[in-house]
Amino acid sequence: MILNAILLAFRALRRNVMRSLLTMLGIVIGVAAVITVATLGAGASDSITSQVSSLGDKLLFITPSAEERGPQSGSAIRPFTRRDSDALESNIFGIDDVSPTVSKQVTTVYGNSNWSTSVTGITAEYFPVRNANVIRGNDFSEQQYQSGRLTCILGKTVREELFGAVDAVGSTIRIGIATCQVIGELESKGQAGPGSDQDNIVLAPLRAVQIRLIGNENITAIAASVNSGASNSEIRLEIEELMRERRNIRETDVDDFRVLDPAEIAGVLEDVTGILTLFLSAIAGVSLLVGGIGIMNIMLVSVTERTREIGIRLAIGALGKEVLTQFLVESVILTTLGGCIGIFFGLTGSYAGALYMGFDFTIDPNIVMGAFAFSALVGVVFGYVPARRAARLDPIEALRHE
Amino acid sequence: MSGSQLSQARGSEALATDAADSAAKVPTIRLQQLLRSYGHGESEVIALNNIDFTVQKGEFVALMGPSGAGKSTCLNMLGCLDRPTNGHYFFQGVDVAYLSGEQRALLRRHFIGFVFQGFNLLNRTTALENVELPLIYRRVPTKERHRRAREALEKVGLSGREKHTPGELSGGQQQRVAIARAIVTDPALMLADEPTGNLDTAMSQEILRLLTQLNQDQGLTIVMVTHEADIAAIAQREVHFLDGRIATDTTRGAQSE
Repeated sequence: MILNAILLAFRALRRNVMRSLLTMLGIVIGVAAVITVATLGAGASDSITSQVSSLGDKLLFITPSAEERGPQSGSAIRPFTRRDSDALESNIFGIDDVSPTVSKQVTTVYGNSNWSTSVTGITAEYFPVRNANVIRGNDFSEQQYQSGRLTCILGKTVREELFGAVDAVGSTIRIGIATCQVIGELESKGQAGPGSDQDNIVLAPLRAVQIRLIGNENITAIAASVNSGASNSEIRLEIEELMRERRNIRETDVDDFRVLDPAEIAGVLEDVTGILTLFLSAIAGVSLLVGGIGIMNIMLVSVTERTREIGIRLAIGALGKEVLTQFLVESVILTTLGGCIGIFFGLTGSYAGALYMGFDFTIDPNIVMGAFAFSALVGVVFGYVPARRAARLDPIEALRHE
Repeated sequence: MSGSQLSQARGSEALATDAADSAAKVPTIRLQQLLRSYGHGESEVIALNNIDFTVQKGEFVALMGPSGAGKSTCLNMLGCLDRPTNGHYFFQGVDVAYLSGEQRALLRRHFIGFVFQGFNLLNRTTALENVELPLIYRRVPTKERHRRAREALEKVGLSGREKHTPGELSGGQQQRVAIARAIVTDPALMLADEPTGNLDTAMSQEILRLLTQLNQDQGLTIVMVTHEADIAAIAQREVHFLDGRIATDTTRGAQSE
């Protein structure tokens, strides 16, 4: 019965290829939209997770902030010093390493090339805390950290911009107003989402940057790695308490610094991405619904237009339920075929989108199967009313039609 | 009662051999006091008024009469497309007058072939596929379906036109495809509703020759509605309708040719 219906349905659809294709279009667009949104949403989520894991999830960032400390005092930012970072390391038991840094936007020059980037002054703790590695040349020596002489390690992007494919180790570049010897290159960390290149970086010893490029002893950020046995939120409270004490903040005043937990932020971001994906998928789902209504519309028109044909079938001896099955199968073929085409376009589109936005492209079989099943369901639901109308026609009336 | 009739309708082969066994005594068609009326009370219109009418196997009958006389209603009744208001219709000895819609559809599928004035072929569909259509509903396997459809097209003289769509065929050729579609199932009865109504004289003659040939060579029982005397003249028997009744019923002195 069903094989017969499929044969009849295919023959009927083949008679009007153009209309069949146009009818499918709504489903194609709907499914493609759902697939694209869902796949890119999953990609964004993955990308956030992988950024966090590239930072390490046991990591806290402490930065001074311009939080208003009262109406009179204005909004000057009070920076940290090495004494703050030392205090964190020695007073809080749950912290493994503390990496104080200072950053400055600079222009780097080598030969005819120049490149705008930021130079970060670091201590030896930077490498374990930030999970960074030198792949060419050397790490800074203890003596280089102490001396105040400017040497540097380049990120991959900076090296490529200044030197092209050539090895930079041993060359001398200019950073801002100072000259500086390149002693190594960092292992690439890649893009962390659109517009945030983790390899666009120059590292130099903290003391040298303070003396030669900035001219004060300020620290603009402290990263602390939390012991794997301790909880981020507890350590965070301890840091806040200690810093309030050190910065003489009264009970009634708010903090003038911030402790950021990237893992927590990533969690929030993932939640937001998830909600956004769900929301956009729902909108895309509405377009799928509209596509389904389009199918019903065309099928209803088609039943009217094919009244005589239905009459012929009934006169020849087709049962009402056979006509019903044929029309139902026709609409299911249209929607599932449209669904397949939509899946193809959706995957192509999300592949292009993932490439553009720097996400990993992964096909989620659940999304694909779900979209396919839903388009088949749309065919059954919206094909039923027209099919029933066709099946209920009276053969004599139908043959007299037109 | 109706259950057993349905099972008989389904077992087409069985019924066909039954009919053959119980000799030519059982007529293909027997209408008994058949009444068909539309509407109620004042506006009641009687299309067929207590008709008695019998067609034996192998007959070629022409139904004639002015429009509104009841010949088309009679044809719909014979084709089980319509149900009588009262009376009986014995098809091969079985009362089929009050079968359900589904049962009547099965009866049409297995025993009756239709030819219409307007050909009623599926457009944009090849001649072969048009002829195959009744076989699809009969669940005939693909290979046999193709073979029988080709044979039917050959019988109506359209070999080589299998792949042509109705749009590529002349009116006469289209009607031949329709006839092929009607005979491809080897029906017990062919009903033709003004089969030459849309054709010019030459093509009409062509179609009538084909019908006569099918009647004489294959013993096909044919009931044809027409309102042209010269077309009715090729049938052995002419039945004239007037105001829902049979006015005259004349059988020609047979044994010609």
